[in-house]
Amino acid sequence: MSVAKRIIPCLDVDKGRVVKGTNFIDIVDAGDPVEIAQKYDNEGADEITFLDITASHEGRNNILSVVEKVADEVFIPLTVGGGVKNFNDVRDLLSVGADKVTINTAAVSNPDMINNVTDRIGRQCIVVAVDVKKIDNDYIVFTHGGRTQTTLKAYDWCLECQKRGAGEILLTSMDKDGTKDGFDVEILSKISNNVTIPVIASGGAGNLDHLYQAILKGNADAVLAASIFHFGEYTICQAKEYLKAKGISVR
Amino acid sequence: MKNIAVIDYGMSNLHSVLKSLKKVINKNYNLSIAYSSKDIEDASLLVLPGQGAAHSCLEKLASDFPDLKTHIMNKPFLGICLGFQILFEKSFENDGVNCFSLITGDVKDFRSTIKKDMKVPHMGWNKVNQKYNHILWENIPDKSFFYFVHSYYAKATTETNILSDSDYEINFTSAILKDNIFACQFHPEKSSKHGLQLLSNFINWSEKLT
Repeated sequence: MSVAKRIIPCLDVDKGRVVKGTNFIDIVDAGDPVEIAQKYDNEGADEITFLDITASHEGRNNILSVVEKVADEVFIPLTVGGGVKNFNDVRDLLSVGADKVTINTAAVSNPDMINNVTDRIGRQCIVVAVDVKKIDNDYIVFTHGGRTQTTLKAYDWCLECQKRGAGEILLTSMDKDGTKDGFDVEILSKISNNVTIPVIASGGAGNLDHLYQAILKGNADAVLAASIFHFGEYTICQAKEYLKAKGISVR
Repeated sequence: MKNIAVIDYGMSNLHSVLKSLKKVINKNYNLSIAYSSKDIEDASLLVLPGQGAAHSCLEKLASDFPDLKTHIMNKPFLGICLGFQILFEKSFENDGVNCFSLITGDVKDFRSTIKKDMKVPHMGWNKVNQKYNHILWENIPDKSFFYFVHSYYAKATTETNILSDSDYEINFTSAILKDNIFACQFHPEKSSKHGLQLLSNFINWSEKLT
């Protein structure tokens, strides 16, 4: 008996509002974060991830008030990421009600940060987000929202994150992200079968079978998706029922 | 007015627990954060949330709340996660540490007992098997999912103390009940509607204790 596979809707937040867009074009206001989070909770979401995409420095405090308001009303794990730079950023998010914080660029530029944060507040709070792209048969880690290529290989970096105390890995395939073509099960299974911490699949969900394949072939512990839920193509309930019918343990 | 004191020892997800309790209490209750012994003396109900390591938690509790064990034995009590584990006799965390011995049994590391391919911490939603009917389970179906995050597990040795068990390759105790002491390994404050129901049931149950 194992834990249920998690379905995690991901919400982009800009200046305190949930926004949605396709491939970063035509970003539109999708509404109040509390209402949307409540709706997902009622549908059976196992966790909710907020990604702060606010570009301006001044707008960054908005995410704290969003998290605080959502945490007053929604009682499932809340994960928050986007622009988290240091221990204080992590602490501030946890203190307003986030349960987990994702770090990405900051972890690559200063890997000791993973140790420092997890030593002080526990490994369950830290999710390292790893954005990868396949280049000449190797999966390479990118930072700064996918704009900067590093020399790190995805497999090595994920093992290092685990060793340094990361609680989970959020693995996003940049090749698949936004394509609705399915997750990259090759890199997913390679990472998931070799780490002992949970791996969340991200990037490429276009239908319910994609979620199933990420779990079956990619061995993902959780699947994260944005557009298939935001645009009403599927509800979380439908995703759960689909997976259940295929024999996957879901809540 | 009854006061619910939530014990702060500086390393738990105190705010989530406060927010969830705030959601389920009525106007006859007041919520407060307890930083030292004097803050729990007049409390009607005690809540001990928990995260982090057993050793440092127990050290901090011993210095800030020296008479906590007596209060736990005498007031309606809710322990969550680490607040559940420290009720047992001994935890094998940090090379072994003696706990409150209010519940017989020990706390062990999943990594020492389960297969290597099982992921630790045990993180996520898992089924809670109710061992018997109780007001604490009112409106919560048997085998409902609750949210867990832990690397150590407890096994109570006195059968009547076990309110629920769960399985993560091995079977472990997921909630205990003994007199006025109720505690769970999972996080009701993060377990959506069943979690809120359990917190509400805890308040109702405490009103019926004599």
